[in-house]
Amino acid sequence: MFLLPYHSYFWAIINKNKRMKQLIKTAVFLLALILMSCGGKEEKKKDGFSVTRQKTETEKPVSTPDTEVTKASERIDLTNKGLGPVTSVTLNPEIDQAMASSGKELYDQMCLACHRLGKKFIGPAPNGILERRTPEWVMNMILNPDQMVKEDPLAKDLLVEFNGSPMANQGLTEEQARAVLEYFRTL
Amino acid sequence: MKNLNYLICILFGLGITLSGCNNQSQKSNGALSSSAAEKVYIAPGEQDEFYAFLSGGYSGNLTVYGLPSGRLFKEIPVFSQFPTSGYGYSEETKPMLNTSFGFIPWDDLHHPDISQTNGELDGRWIFVNGNNTPRIARVSLSTFETEEIIEVPNSAGNHSSSFITENTEYVVAGTRFSVPVPQRDMPINEYKGNFKGALSFISVAPDNGRMNLEFQVLMPGFNYDLSHPGRGKSHGWFFFTTYNTEEASSLLEVNASQNDKDFIAAVNWKKIEEYVKNGGGTKMPADYAHNVYDEETHTGTSTMKKEVITVDPTQVPGSLYFLPTPKSPHGCDVDPTGEYIIGNGKLSADLTVHSFDKMLAAIEGKKFDGDAYGIPILKFEDVLAGVVKSGGLGPLHTEFDEKGNAYTTFFISSEVVKWKVGTWEVIDRKPTYYSVGHLMIPGGNSRKPFGKYVVAMNKITKDRYLPTGPEMEHSAQIYDISGEKMELIYDFPTHGEPHYAAGCPAELLASNSKKIYRLDENKHKYATIGVDDARVERNGNEVHVYMSTIRSHFTPDNIEGVKVGDKVYFHITNHEQDFDVPHGFSIIGQGTSEILVMPGQTKTSLWEPKKVGVWPFYCTDFCSALHQEMQGYVRVSPANSNIDLSWSLGE
Repeated sequence: MFLLPYHSYFWAIINKNKRMKQLIKTAVFLLALILMSCGGKEEKKKDGFSVTRQKTETEKPVSTPDTEVTKASERIDLTNKGLGPVTSVTLNPEIDQAMASSGKELYDQMCLACHRLGKKFIGPAPNGILERRTPEWVMNMILNPDQMVKEDPLAKDLLVEFNGSPMANQGLTEEQARAVLEYFRTL
Repeated sequence: MKNLNYLICILFGLGITLSGCNNQSQKSNGALSSSAAEKVYIAPGEQDEFYAFLSGGYSGNLTVYGLPSGRLFKEIPVFSQFPTSGYGYSEETKPMLNTSFGFIPWDDLHHPDISQTNGELDGRWIFVNGNNTPRIARVSLSTFETEEIIEVPNSAGNHSSSFITENTEYVVAGTRFSVPVPQRDMPINEYKGNFKGALSFISVAPDNGRMNLEFQVLMPGFNYDLSHPGRGKSHGWFFFTTYNTEEASSLLEVNASQNDKDFIAAVNWKKIEEYVKNGGGTKMPADYAHNVYDEETHTGTSTMKKEVITVDPTQVPGSLYFLPTPKSPHGCDVDPTGEYIIGNGKLSADLTVHSFDKMLAAIEGKKFDGDAYGIPILKFEDVLAGVVKSGGLGPLHTEFDEKGNAYTTFFISSEVVKWKVGTWEVIDRKPTYYSVGHLMIPGGNSRKPFGKYVVAMNKITKDRYLPTGPEMEHSAQIYDISGEKMELIYDFPTHGEPHYAAGCPAELLASNSKKIYRLDENKHKYATIGVDDARVERNGNEVHVYMSTIRSHFTPDNIEGVKVGDKVYFHITNHEQDFDVPHGFSIIGQGTSEILVMPGQTKTSLWEPKKVGVWPFYCTDFCSALHQEMQGYVRVSPANSNIDLSWSLGE
């Protein structure tokens, strides 16, 4: 729960949009007034910062005014292959279990610090990734993240959605990235 | 005024055009054809042609510069603690500074020498000496880290070091001070005849560079100032300058300058090596540390050694001769062919050049001029090849180019003098600013010099740069030596006090320079290889934190259950596998220094919390846009509290 309001606050600063700030301030002030008059949740207020949580909710519709509604992480694009060494991947209908288990080993060592299963962490969870991305895109994101986050429109949006936290290049070989991809198919 | 300038330009330009018509072949060496600025300018994004490794003197460290730009690339910590990386502060590197005197966090680093194969630079390692608490270190030229330090027993003021033989068979370390061997309680005024000077031959394993002190030659109680190996035909010999052959123990300024000639000691180390291999020499109890850093465990270990083989050279016939050399010779330099041994008589105006061939002939003919403590002295005239009448004052050091020229520094007259090997004629001289010590040409003390630039390293700076209070960094000058005349092209400040330096073409090292340590090759005892292994363990009052880092968080970042009086070891493994993405670690009240952890590496910082509270830690190296978020807390409870250890991230 801590992450969400914090991120919004971050973007409020980044945008440097004075008018928006003013708007937020007013909204926060109004909300605070309403809350105070309602007299609700006094205990929490002793923590001293419950006000921010409210701020987030007000800010949300304001801070995403005209861009796409779907978050980059939820967007589906099964044609974009991304930028990098991988141009074509053929997936056998059968999952190669040996490859997948070596992929899991690599994933646990090289990726898990930021990508947890089933939940957003530093970066998105890999579950169901192939329902949203091409296998080539996934491998290029692993192998060539620096260029991807600069030039691939989807990866660029992901960088923004995930708070400017860079996707690290973990120096995997193409073969290793392929194994990680196979592991993703088992999730 | 502007118009006048314009006119001058036009006239000048016209002059050039006209003279160009007259004589097309004569390319001017003047400022118009190629300015000094153009010669040293490395455009943004471009790289230098040479690496230069300048000793840091009393900084205890080695600095890496580019030539011809004079840009500083790195300071490599060797003998001194270095908070910038945590060297000498981290648990893994503390053993590197262990000696028989305990932990010594500093030394005086003088003479870098790059490893050689067949007398040519091979770029594997660079060796350096610690003067004060005698030590030799080996620095990897792939990681640019100190990999090994060996203490030198029976030595004091380890100055005629650390020069390597033509195939890096040995790195040689000679003592400056003679001392009682073994050390003992005795009156100083009984020095004469009783003190000894140890010349140490430390072998270097060809595969991994590991050093071993094979034998020490115990010499008469002179001062052994500098040395260089024979090369080519003189390979197998090593030459040392001596001073204080008077064996004075006080007021050496006067008392060590009495003899008209001191000696260059010519040591036939191959003979002594064979003697030792056949069981010769005396095993003597000794006490010295041998410290090795392992690249896979990222950990240094220190072992105390207890014995050394000493050799009395008078027991090995033909192993040692003295070559009389005038005026307290300082630098001892051997030309690329191996024929000439140059004695830089520092109290003289002249250089004495000995001939290796003449030396062999004199030995053959047994033309001795007496002996010193049983060591034959050759006749000066029999070994002399020539004298360079320079007209300068106070020659110190000589380097060579590949065209048969030599370059000698003159301390008192502040100049570099270029002269011709063989004819001994002076070709050129250029002032330095000021009081030059060593000079360096890349490969200039090998069989294959790269004579494009010479770097002169000065002792006095004075007005060269903006003043910075009483203490100034020392100045260095770069001269273009590609033409007949030397040309001063650049002037830059250096760090500490550079004595000698070593340089090599950039391509020899750049492609081998390591970019990351592989996480799957990390064998550190306390490594956190998978993020799931991150944890905190207690063992008595020791708390071991297995922590990992990646842009931009620590795992774990909230730790509770630590108590006042605990020794908390933060073992930090950097999970990055990308070039140039280190993470740092520091915690409030840390009694050591921050540590900088390279990608794939594990380093340990010891923290001893003294106060109850919740104390923050953070990453010290700006690692990403979220670097400022890379932080965490340790809760420290009273010593008698019973709060369980716990740790978390993002909960």
